[in-house]
Amino acid sequence: MVNLVRNKERWLGALALVLALVLWECYAVLVIKNSFLLPSPLDVASAFIELVQRGILLLDFQVSMIHFAVGLGAALLIGIPIGIAMGWNRKVNAFLDPIIEILRPIPPLAWIPFAIIWFGFTTVSAGFVIFMGAVFPILINTYGGFRSVPRIFVEAGRMLGCTKNRDLIRYIAFPSALPSMVSGIRVATGVAWMCLVAAELFGVSDNGLGKNLWFYYNLHRMDCVVVYMIILGLIGLCIDMAFRYYIDRYFLKWRTGEVA
Amino acid sequence: MGDLQVRNLSQSFPRDDGSELTVLDHLSFEVKDKEFVCILGSSGCGKTTLLRLIAGLDTAQAGSIFLDGDEMRGQSPKVGMVFQEYSLFPWRTVIDNIAFGLEMQGMPKDERYRIAGQYLDLVNLTQFKDNYPSELSGGMRQRVAVARALALDPVLLLMDEPFGALDAQTRNMLQKELLDLWEKTKKTIIFITHSVDEAVYLSDRIIVLTPRPGRICKIFEVPMGRPRDRTSVDFAQVRREVLDLINQNCSIQ
Repeated sequence: MVNLVRNKERWLGALALVLALVLWECYAVLVIKNSFLLPSPLDVASAFIELVQRGILLLDFQVSMIHFAVGLGAALLIGIPIGIAMGWNRKVNAFLDPIIEILRPIPPLAWIPFAIIWFGFTTVSAGFVIFMGAVFPILINTYGGFRSVPRIFVEAGRMLGCTKNRDLIRYIAFPSALPSMVSGIRVATGVAWMCLVAAELFGVSDNGLGKNLWFYYNLHRMDCVVVYMIILGLIGLCIDMAFRYYIDRYFLKWRTGEVA
Repeated sequence: MGDLQVRNLSQSFPRDDGSELTVLDHLSFEVKDKEFVCILGSSGCGKTTLLRLIAGLDTAQAGSIFLDGDEMRGQSPKVGMVFQEYSLFPWRTVIDNIAFGLEMQGMPKDERYRIAGQYLDLVNLTQFKDNYPSELSGGMRQRVAVARALALDPVLLLMDEPFGALDAQTRNMLQKELLDLWEKTKKTIIFITHSVDEAVYLSDRIIVLTPRPGRICKIFEVPMGRPRDRTSVDFAQVRREVLDLINQNCSIQ
């Protein structure tokens, strides 16, 4: 019964998508009549086929994923250890907190000039801008997760022979903080994906989803721009869905009853 | 062995105005090997503070604690603890919770699962081996917590109002189960409670504490064999004696 209702609802969602496409097509063809101002879905579809046939899209996707992976990877490698150190040790927190509080509100895109000066027009440069967007959600949530490890777990661990700091972090604090860390990483992937387009706009590479979105805007090929917009949106959605699947699988089974 | 000696134990905490709040005041007592002792007192009398000192989770300001003649400093594998709140690790299954202490000792997986399985058997929860704590009732969780503490085979088991959050029926059942466990494993048990009924039902001796500062008011031998019948006349009489004693001597003066 529940499944039937769900399938029905899903069907409604698909209907809405089809309706939106039809409305869009009618509005573009019958009212606007200018594919530069508003390309119709059919224009977009043919642009998509053209781009696929020229083999550009796949290359763009690969280059963008590399930028994304460099930025997010660096954010994980730096954000998690610093977050752990700050969450576990009060002194490290007191020492680093002011620096982080000053750097954190700077919009990631404001780092673009220095990204160019420091790293030139390279993959690292794009990765750096993405890193600046992704590192703080990871760091803050790791810190928060470690700060709020219930004292009772640490004491129970100590009574059971888990007394070294390293072991307490590994066996008690880390698993206890993991849900908070993962939700920080999920936010970070969203931010990183948004930074991606801007990071590619200033020409760090010959390909890239953000790079070519801008390139086709300069050629006034707005149908291609829409193709890139939709692809960016769909990949962002896929990344988030993968995360949600992961969270459901690994955390909900032990967190039931604890999370609202 | 599990002989515990507490000598001149004192503990105080700083107040906001700079003065000191004395929680325990020169406490001395002994617990013999394989004895079941309840520490009874109203809330705020320092029962939990005392237990944390014996556990080695806090350090006393003055005095010392000896287990089998050795002075205790910090946590010891010879002492196990069952906490008042739910202390099971929610990210571990029941069997992995019980095996945690053995895992910390570096015991291989097969071996520690075998031993953990025995203790799981002992608390009659074998069928919940692979469940997570969030899937268990409050009473089951505390039974797993007891099994987890016993798995390291301590000589002394400390219990801090472990059944305090449970309903009366479950609590009575767990008290009975605990006595069975104690008969089988023969540990020294120090059990904290504020319930006279619980203390009389469980213990060989009851140590009654006065509130603020915590001093020993009276050490009471329970002159009854086991199993004890809560509804018997004897039981009611002992209970009344303890209650009278508390009302006359051990309340706030």
